[in-house]
Amino acid sequence: MNLSLSDEQEFLREAARGALSRVKTFEPTREALDGKPDALPDLWPTAKEAGWPGLLIDEQQGGAGLDAFDAMLVLGECGRVLAPIALLGHLPATAILNDAPAGASLLEDLATGERRAAYLPVSPPDDISDAWSVDPRSGLQRGDAPSAVADGAGARVSGQLAFVPDAPGADVLVGVALLDGKPVGVAIDGNADGVTIEPTTRYDATRSLGHVTLSDAPATVLDAPEESLASAWLLAQALIAAESLGSVETALDVSVEYAKERHTFGRAIGSYQAVKHSLTEVLRQLDNGRSLLYYAGWARRGGPDEFALAASAARSVAGRALDNAARTMISVHGGIGATWEHDAPLYFRRAQLSRRLLGGTAHATDRVAGELLTQADAA
Amino acid sequence: MDLDDTQEQAAYRAQVRSWLDEHKSEAPVLEGPDAIKDEAAVLAARRAWQGKLAEGGLAGVTWPKDFGGQGLGPIEQVISNQEIAKAKVPGILDAIGVGMLGPTIIAHGTDEQKTRYLGAMLHGDEVWCQLFSEPAAGSDLAAVQTRARLQDDGSWRISGQKVWTTNAQFASYGLLLARTDADVPKHKGLTMFIVPIDAPGVTVRGLRQISGEAEFNEVFFDDLAVDASAVVGGVGNGWGTALTTLMFERVTIGLGSEGLGYNSTRFAQAIATDAAARRDPEVRHQLGEIASEMLAVRFTGYRTLTALQKGQVPGPESGLAKITIVSGAIKAGDLIADVLGPDALDEDSQWAYMISFLPGLKSAGGTEEILRNTIGERVLGLPPAPRLDKGIPFSELRSKEKTAA
Repeated sequence: MNLSLSDEQEFLREAARGALSRVKTFEPTREALDGKPDALPDLWPTAKEAGWPGLLIDEQQGGAGLDAFDAMLVLGECGRVLAPIALLGHLPATAILNDAPAGASLLEDLATGERRAAYLPVSPPDDISDAWSVDPRSGLQRGDAPSAVADGAGARVSGQLAFVPDAPGADVLVGVALLDGKPVGVAIDGNADGVTIEPTTRYDATRSLGHVTLSDAPATVLDAPEESLASAWLLAQALIAAESLGSVETALDVSVEYAKERHTFGRAIGSYQAVKHSLTEVLRQLDNGRSLLYYAGWARRGGPDEFALAASAARSVAGRALDNAARTMISVHGGIGATWEHDAPLYFRRAQLSRRLLGGTAHATDRVAGELLTQADAA
Repeated sequence: MDLDDTQEQAAYRAQVRSWLDEHKSEAPVLEGPDAIKDEAAVLAARRAWQGKLAEGGLAGVTWPKDFGGQGLGPIEQVISNQEIAKAKVPGILDAIGVGMLGPTIIAHGTDEQKTRYLGAMLHGDEVWCQLFSEPAAGSDLAAVQTRARLQDDGSWRISGQKVWTTNAQFASYGLLLARTDADVPKHKGLTMFIVPIDAPGVTVRGLRQISGEAEFNEVFFDDLAVDASAVVGGVGNGWGTALTTLMFERVTIGLGSEGLGYNSTRFAQAIATDAAARRDPEVRHQLGEIASEMLAVRFTGYRTLTALQKGQVPGPESGLAKITIVSGAIKAGDLIADVLGPDALDEDSQWAYMISFLPGLKSAGGTEEILRNTIGERVLGLPPAPRLDKGIPFSELRSKEKTAA
């Protein structure tokens, strides 16, 4: 039993914190929200320099050969400063490719970050539906997974995916398509004919999103096992959970500092139970989320049968934690917390959008129930 | 990061398992059609079983060898507990004594006290109870009013009332926190005593709760006489001694939080029996939220264990797990009753029992409100609320409180 960080993991985290401390993120984000998207720093060179693009790629393929928990540590640091960085799309894509010998030729450039990948999120079946499905543009009805038809050694893929993280500018799109009704991994050149990526942002300027339309787009069929395709979706859940909890950490720190300094009626506001208890609630949710990151980090390799449960539970708790942390941050700061000058609204915006991406927090919560109900049947 | 045993731990687990294989047929049967019904017989059987577990080295694992323990770490105690649970045999009867009170005596007691009491405690020959809380001193434990007065011959006379005392109805001894000096501020005038429970001057009365059952007792002291040798940790040092017990309480809770039976698997099984409920989006959403938090607590326990292995002591933040467990189980009970309907509230139902037990559990080991204060101050570093009792002699507190009101 050992649920602590190794020296290497401590170093990875500290290095990430150091690298991200040298870039400005909050002020440019406000400018971007004011209609100047170019104000956002390009953090991909920072990621390249730190070796993050290759985190989940085997060493013999040029990567760092690390695991989900290490990637979660880096995403947590990105979340702390609301860094606009394209790892949420890139890392699950590389995880699929790394499991597919047919994708090996792509890995070297993706490991160094010379080229960037984006994951096309397709959710695996659950206890109620045996369909692979995608996030819809709007509403509750999930869409059909992309379909593929064989074309020589490869395939041609058609389908629509909405709000794909980090899709704009991606060199390679990696996801899942149904070939003769069976899920297969596919890698598609981002600039190929038949690929349309409509860049979009919503509410949180730090998130680069794209609506992806595939019309007979030429694809490499990846020989990754089906578990790997499902695992990529779950990895994305775990990564966004880690990123969210990183944001909770700084939101809590800032709120606690303010509660110590700001006085009313002759006392620091943090001495009032109402304020103290609401901040303790943020800590409680953060601590629960952290424990589930360990669970998910262990399960991907150590207990793959539990990865769906672990990653979904982490996502569920982290989503609620971030929403509550952002709202508490605003209320602890009083009126100033709701103004444009303050950073609290940026956390709030991050919380509202994050909880609706990649299936949304509610979808993950439902999967937790589904996994446990299935386990109960087996017992 | 891994959840696997080290080689040494695996060897220890194998040793525990083989002992259990050999001896589990001797364990008392407490559930099912063959269960022992008579209460006195249950008690006798559980005492005897605790004795066997102690002889086999499965109880008091962290106790020093000199006092009958194994001199091992908390991880080995957890391994032992896990294997006992897997073998589906009862654990020890006196978890409070062996887990919290014995370690307090080991830390603060005299050699005579250790020799006299520890062996009998570990083997279940003498069960112990914890006499800390009072009707007006729970979360604010240092406000205890039970009075111990020094006699001319050096002995003590104790009068007062304790409450929420588990196992007092069959305990031989208790560890009692009493006020020995009311003219100093409240944390300073306290002393810890070992008291006999079956002595004249001690009355134990069952305290029935919402379920109708009496899991706890009230214990009344009416001029109970004890020798000077009953003092643990020195006169006036009772608060420090009590903090040791409370630290071991946190360790016990941190290591065995799921032992209460409040876990996601059990709750999911209750929902899974109903075909409509398991497809109902609202039921699934609630189950998913509750279960996610309960799962988190399991891994918080593993994190605590990792810290203990490295020689760290769990701090007040472990109270967060207790808040999560209790609030999660309350929500789960409500959801299960929604699904099963009035049948969940049948007096014989496990769910009725759980639903009845939880409102009180919210205040056990410090109310949730006080826990949140402590965590806010000691973990987050938030300033304390102004206090009216700092530096004031205990005897003057009541009049101060009245003036302030």
